[in-house]
Amino acid sequence: MEFLRPGTWDEALAAKAEYPTALPISGGTDVMVEMNFDVHRPSAILDLNRITELTEWSNDGDVVRLGASVPYTRIIDELSGPLPGLALASHTVGSPQIRNRGGVGGNLGGASPAGDAHPALLAAGRDVFVEATSVRGTRMIPIDEFYVGVKRNSLEQDELIRAVHIPVADGPQQFSKIGTRNAMVIAVCAFGFALHPKNGTVGTGIGSAAPTPRRAVEAEEYLQGVLAERGLWESGDLLGAEVIQQFGELVKAAASPIDDVRGTADYRRHSLAVMARRTLTWTWNDYSKQIRSAA
Amino acid sequence: MSTRTIQGQKNLQDIRTSSPDGIGGSPLRPDGNLKVKGEFAYSSDMWHEDMLWGMALRSPHPRANLLSVDISEALKVPGVYAVLTHNDIPGSKFYGLEIQDQPALAIDKVRYHGEAIALVAADHPETARRAVKKIKVEYEVLTPIVTEEQCLDPQTHGYVHEPHEYKSHGYDNICHEQKLVSGLGVTDEVRALADVVVSGHYEVGMQDQAFLGPESGLAVPSEDGGIDLYVATQWLHVDRQQMAPVLGLPEEKVRLTLAGVGGAFGGREDLSMQIHASLLAMHTGKPVKIVYARDESFFGHVHRHPAKMYYEHGATRDGKLVYADARLVLDGGAYASASPAVVGNAASLGHGPYVIPNVRMHAIALYSNNPSCGAMRGFGAVQAAFGYESQMDKLAAELGMDPVELRQLNAMSEGDHMPTGQLIDSPAPVAELLQRVKDMPLPPPLDLDNLDIRAVPGALSNTSHGEGIVRGIGYSVGIKNVGFSEGFDDYSTARVRLEVIGGEPVAMVHTAMAEVGQGGVTVHAQIARTELGVEQVTIHPANTEVGSAGSTSASRQTYMTGGAVKLAAEAVKQALITKGRRRYGWTHNDIDLVGGKVVSESAGALVPMVDLLGEEAIDLTREHHHRPTVPFDKETGQGFGHVQYTFCANRAVVDVDVELGLIKVVELTAVQDVGKALNPLSVVGQIQGGCTQALGLAVMEEIIVKDGKVRNASFTDYLIPTILDTPPIPVEILELPDPNAPYGLRGVGEAPTVSATPSIVAAIRAATGIALNRIPVRPEHLTGTL
Repeated sequence: MEFLRPGTWDEALAAKAEYPTALPISGGTDVMVEMNFDVHRPSAILDLNRITELTEWSNDGDVVRLGASVPYTRIIDELSGPLPGLALASHTVGSPQIRNRGGVGGNLGGASPAGDAHPALLAAGRDVFVEATSVRGTRMIPIDEFYVGVKRNSLEQDELIRAVHIPVADGPQQFSKIGTRNAMVIAVCAFGFALHPKNGTVGTGIGSAAPTPRRAVEAEEYLQGVLAERGLWESGDLLGAEVIQQFGELVKAAASPIDDVRGTADYRRHSLAVMARRTLTWTWNDYSKQIRSAA
Repeated sequence: MSTRTIQGQKNLQDIRTSSPDGIGGSPLRPDGNLKVKGEFAYSSDMWHEDMLWGMALRSPHPRANLLSVDISEALKVPGVYAVLTHNDIPGSKFYGLEIQDQPALAIDKVRYHGEAIALVAADHPETARRAVKKIKVEYEVLTPIVTEEQCLDPQTHGYVHEPHEYKSHGYDNICHEQKLVSGLGVTDEVRALADVVVSGHYEVGMQDQAFLGPESGLAVPSEDGGIDLYVATQWLHVDRQQMAPVLGLPEEKVRLTLAGVGGAFGGREDLSMQIHASLLAMHTGKPVKIVYARDESFFGHVHRHPAKMYYEHGATRDGKLVYADARLVLDGGAYASASPAVVGNAASLGHGPYVIPNVRMHAIALYSNNPSCGAMRGFGAVQAAFGYESQMDKLAAELGMDPVELRQLNAMSEGDHMPTGQLIDSPAPVAELLQRVKDMPLPPPLDLDNLDIRAVPGALSNTSHGEGIVRGIGYSVGIKNVGFSEGFDDYSTARVRLEVIGGEPVAMVHTAMAEVGQGGVTVHAQIARTELGVEQVTIHPANTEVGSAGSTSASRQTYMTGGAVKLAAEAVKQALITKGRRRYGWTHNDIDLVGGKVVSESAGALVPMVDLLGEEAIDLTREHHHRPTVPFDKETGQGFGHVQYTFCANRAVVDVDVELGLIKVVELTAVQDVGKALNPLSVVGQIQGGCTQALGLAVMEEIIVKDGKVRNASFTDYLIPTILDTPPIPVEILELPDPNAPYGLRGVGEAPTVSATPSIVAAIRAATGIALNRIPVRPEHLTGTL
């Protein structure tokens, strides 16, 4: 096994071009586990730990550019304001040790449907982009085009994830995850939700309940319609039980889960509906309070 | 030599209490800080110059014929020193704790997923791993025999072990069975005496010991052709007893030393890598180390028997039990392991700590193509307790009685008899334990206005901000035996040496006791301090140079090996006093060793021990045998089968998110009689640990097996409680001495593991109103989405 240890981003891209099957590693919280379990025996490992820019983030007021290796602990500590949904999701990743090492780049690279960051990224809106770079140049891959299959993403073989671009939250965001214990658990299923009052949209993200992380498109459209038709963005009035219920049902319908050792498909659908109702209620209550205090 | 008599120190009690590290004190574990700081050397940390790494090829199939095993390609891998199959075994090819039915390496067939087929020794673990992959095995895959129905119909589904292969009394895929009848048994006439009858089917999933230190050890070939094995185990001598015949060596050439053990809980009672590493070491002439990976560990040790149980209880209208009936089917998996003893426990303890005039019981362990099951903390009593305690709650509900009062009304106490006919001849404060646990203050209700999200079901997974949460409270009590049963003489040996080192009297305690976390190393030193009146005690590494200490299991080590240390220390003390009498002509009959001196109650300090000892060391070895027991009658289950009984009562307070089926145990209270707490801090730790393992079984821990295949051989998917799942565990200790036991002590480690699980399930039932009949309880059970 080759062990490649580039010192700069350009060297990393050159290495990836030369060894397209090289498996990038940063925190190693996913890669090393799979190697220990003999799931992967990559021909080469591309260690990105010397490239410090990957652990940096910036915020221009509209968009956060999050380096691929910024650990979850720092997302929680430093970005819970602009990225509240992702920060909540980060809280649920593994153990403190894992959160100190792991980052969103690894979640995206692995593209597991159970990755905790994915529902939050999807919910953050359609203007979330994965910055994928190769010796050929840089692509901004929309998050909706990123996940293409079970543990498969739309990266080319010579591309590396440099950063993720996530709009700064303009409304309340929530993230809920089901696990059969109260910490350190892989998601049985998860749900991310965000209100985007600036453009009158809502964002959803479903985790661990389909071959890929996915958006509950009909639920989003239904809710956007109700919010617009009833002038609720302006009034901040109560949504009503019927709307909340219907939203939950549409989220549930958007999932296509399986039975596995972590849970049944029925339970996943059921709990998605509950999480959808609850996260919608929490975010809308927060939004209402903001409207009323502004009025 | 002059006699130095120190005047004015006649108050022995003062001198005794000046040593807080004797029995009844709570000195800290000698290895505690090392373990917390990550500096303790576990068995997996060992290294030897020029050592090789051993690795096993394991079957991916639960049942298959091995048509061929071709090792030629594996042997060609550079760095590989040996590839062995059963053909290379010099001695007997089979071993086993109770029945020698398990091949050290598979012969012509495999009977469970993960069974070892061949071994590789190589100069690097990665080389070994690659070589293992190059072993070509041609399997004829057969349909595994996995359900109770399949096992009990061998004509249709086949035999796990062919009838001619049985090495004991097993038959027709039944490894062992035990029946029990007491009073009039359970007949229609007896049933007619009951005003109220409740019955139920209950199921227990396959729990794992989930110790953190994987199976590991280092086998070093010696010049005499023997083997020195350094290994993490629970019983050095029984390992040796099983290893020697397979290695074709006399026992004295198989020498074992205990290496650092990272947890056991029964999972190290059977052999794992001991024979394999030794075979490779003998074959290559080099030291061989084997360390299981985490997934291999799940295949490398036995688990707790999953159980399917039927219980029926009849009672009078005022709550007096009239009869109890039960059928317990335990899945023992491919090989016997400890199944016979587990069945004996399940049958004899399976009706709980209750006085029941008429009883029937039938317990069996199946042979199947599921993973082998054997010893795990609670050992047959855990499964049954979930059954009989669920029944007590059901009966209380049927009668409209308080569930604690119903239990107290039927609770056994000293002077009562077990359903086996055995007299309970020491304290059995079952009703009192229940009363005390009930009387302990309840935790405050969930404060929805100042919610700490870590305190609610789901915690930081952020599933509830108070929505859907309902609190429930449940109670339970359980019974466990201490020590090996049914006529087994599981004696312990201890060697105690007293000598002067650096001007101080120092005691050394040498036993073969496996310290697996139970605190024996602390307690042995405490006993030596108390008996010999010294402060300095060293604990000799545990090895087979001294006689057997029996197994670190069955809650027995403080009782048995602690008892042996006490006997040996008393003998040393007497030898020293005799020496003093000879030298000084003492005639007092009230001589003791206290505070480093030989003292007389009446005359005060006689001489410093260092003066009396001089250059001489007193070095004595003693065996401790518990009182004899007898096997249970096969048909009636009658007999004085157990050494001692131990009881624990629990109260669980649980918050359930009833919409999501998520659970947070808020508090788990325990009250236990321990006879005498030799180290109260350790005792509380044992009870809290036992409760936590019981919590795991109640709500999350299960090896999921489908068609004989293990689906979750990792800590990613085999979940054990984290600190956020583990509630405060208030513990109250009773000390009612057992006159038969050293210091009056009662084994501690298992009773809470038996008793706590049902209290948690009862609390979940109370919160949800759902009649839960299977553990672990999953969110699907609570949301109707199974």
